[in-house]
Amino acid sequence: MSIVVGLIAIGVLALIFGVILGFAAVKFKVESDPIVEQIDEILPQTQCGQCGYPGCRPYAEAIANGDEINKCPPGGEATIKQLADLMGVEAKPLDSAHGEEDVKKVAIIREDECIGCTKCIQACPVDAILGAAKQMHTVIEHECTGCDLCVEPCPVDCIDMVPVKAKPETWQWDLTSIKQNVAQAKNISSADTIPIKVVE
Amino acid sequence: MRDIKSFVDAGVIGHFPGGIHPPERKSPANTVALRRPPLPSELILPLRQHIGPSGQCTVEVGDKVLKGQQLTEAQLSQGLPLHAPTSGTVSAIEERPMAHASGLPELAIVIQPDGEDRWITRQPLPNYRDCDRATLIETIQKAGIAGLGGAGFPTAQKLASQKPIQYLIINGVECEPYICADDRLMREHAIDIVAGIEILQFISNAGQVLLAIEDNKPEAIAAMREAIDGSDSIKLRVIPTKYPSGGEKQLIELLTGQQVPQGQLPLDIGLLMQNTGTAYAVKRAVIDGEPLLERVVTLTGDLMSQPGNVWALLGTPIAHLLAEGGFNADGDARVIMGGPMMGFTLPLTDVPVIKTTNCILTPSLQELPPAADEMACIRCGACADVCPATLQPQQLQWLAKAKDYDALESNDLFDCIECGACAYVCPSEIPLVHYYRKAKAEIRNIAREKAKAELARQRFERRQERLEREKQERLERHRKAAEARKKMQQEKAATETSDAASAANKPAQDKSSAVAAAIARAKAKKAAQQAANNTSDEENS
Repeated sequence: MSIVVGLIAIGVLALIFGVILGFAAVKFKVESDPIVEQIDEILPQTQCGQCGYPGCRPYAEAIANGDEINKCPPGGEATIKQLADLMGVEAKPLDSAHGEEDVKKVAIIREDECIGCTKCIQACPVDAILGAAKQMHTVIEHECTGCDLCVEPCPVDCIDMVPVKAKPETWQWDLTSIKQNVAQAKNISSADTIPIKVVE
Repeated sequence: MRDIKSFVDAGVIGHFPGGIHPPERKSPANTVALRRPPLPSELILPLRQHIGPSGQCTVEVGDKVLKGQQLTEAQLSQGLPLHAPTSGTVSAIEERPMAHASGLPELAIVIQPDGEDRWITRQPLPNYRDCDRATLIETIQKAGIAGLGGAGFPTAQKLASQKPIQYLIINGVECEPYICADDRLMREHAIDIVAGIEILQFISNAGQVLLAIEDNKPEAIAAMREAIDGSDSIKLRVIPTKYPSGGEKQLIELLTGQQVPQGQLPLDIGLLMQNTGTAYAVKRAVIDGEPLLERVVTLTGDLMSQPGNVWALLGTPIAHLLAEGGFNADGDARVIMGGPMMGFTLPLTDVPVIKTTNCILTPSLQELPPAADEMACIRCGACADVCPATLQPQQLQWLAKAKDYDALESNDLFDCIECGACAYVCPSEIPLVHYYRKAKAEIRNIAREKAKAELARQRFERRQERLEREKQERLERHRKAAEARKKMQQEKAATETSDAASAANKPAQDKSSAVAAAIARAKAKKAAQQAANNTSDEENS
């Protein structure tokens, strides 16, 4: 008799937990592989395709499936280090086959030369170029990721990639850059300066 | 811990941890009366002079402007307008080097003074007590007043807070060595400062005002005591000289015994702090209708033959003030903007005075020896003893060098007020504050990059969605078109077969006609073929 009671009790418990688990599986369903999300979070989101995949998310999926972590030039060393930590693998130097780490750049269209062909607009992975057919195009600077993809399609070569200008509020306290900044500033300043020593 | 009210009512002075006593060196600059240097040949007005976004330029090159005329329109809540410090012509709107350690240029309006100093029509509000709070706050905002103590936070925005203010604290501490701009202002314009304090009290609706001055300024204390005589809501608090007593959080701890909780503002515990210079500017803005056009700047250091404090128009080139102070330039001279503790060496001297410039210091090498080479940290702990924010400077330094940003944040790097006390006592001459500034800039940069990456990711995903949607729509269109074609063909086929069927159903009746029709078709076909052959023959021949 007691065996039957035990079996029934266990059975009921199993049923209850089964229902709870079943409910949780539906309610708290994870949409996709969370590791892909985490990798995507680390990648710089330039969507430049230098890794050989059409965007950062496809590369994140590839890494999750075992691809190398050193194919992202815009992210550079820092990204590789973070990815190595996340994936539990050894950090390795950037694969130069995919490009070199470079300063941050932004695309600028020389607007008087633009013929309004919309080719760059179609190439931009983040819709950062504004314009219409036979109308001048321009880059929305703060949306531009500097991915370089608009330069190639331009039939009149009117797109330049220029390094992002340092501003006082974003300056990184790199004391060695002061001399260079001052030299630049002197070029645009007409007034005479009293020569003073730059402390390094 | 006692509550604020009982602490303040007891009239005691609390204390804050750490702090140092560097040589004060306030004289000789504080012994000379305020003076006004001649007009410079040009005024350089950077569009951004305070914490917050720059305004939109409302003048063009070649425009004639009057003294006090608005040059920029503030657009966002933290924005402040800028005004012409004297009458003249806008000679350029271009990038000019800024008074910043980096020496990087920023957009500035350059004015060529005409020497007439003609005012625009002013709108003074001498009976400000008849105005409502919003009008006065707007007046202060329109006057472009930012906190003149150092950080440059828009004063109107501080006043516009809806939180109840228990105490208004007026900061006349001026704890950094050499600097004596507020000292001189209090000695010579005590009545005006008190008028400004009363306006601030009226706007903030604070029950009581605490005016704090360090005990190394007896003349300023005497002048202010005389000016507030008779007022029972303004209390003078003389605090002992210690650096950095003038820091906002440090002064609050001294006067109220309270610590401002991490991540909160003094406003959150019912306190509002303003600098004496700001109070004076508020008086000028409200009672005289004059926007913020000038400020007191201390000119000091052994290399100046005429040290003192001057009324400098905003935009005055530092080189002009150096000439006023009798600066003897030589190759090794350093020009420091701010004091010896928190200031920075100017990379070049044709940068302008801005709203937050309080001191120009030109020390000789004996007076302020340049930093020696950095040695290894010996973990002596002297820096931790003097830190007014009870941080662990040596630990932060290790973490900053290791670029361990998470640990830096969990060790409260952002509570550091960059007072420089730790670097001052460091026996290994480690430029500690430099490491903190660098680390802070890097952490902010990472946060900015992250926000940008997130934006790019969203835009990329939206674009992918859009392309996918367009593709689906195109496929759908093609499918529909194909279906329509198929349907038409089927219908056509159906009518043909039904024709044929109906023809087959009545063979007897239409047989002859059907045959005739078939013959006619065959003939026509043959004729067509022949015609085609003929033409091809003709072409061949």
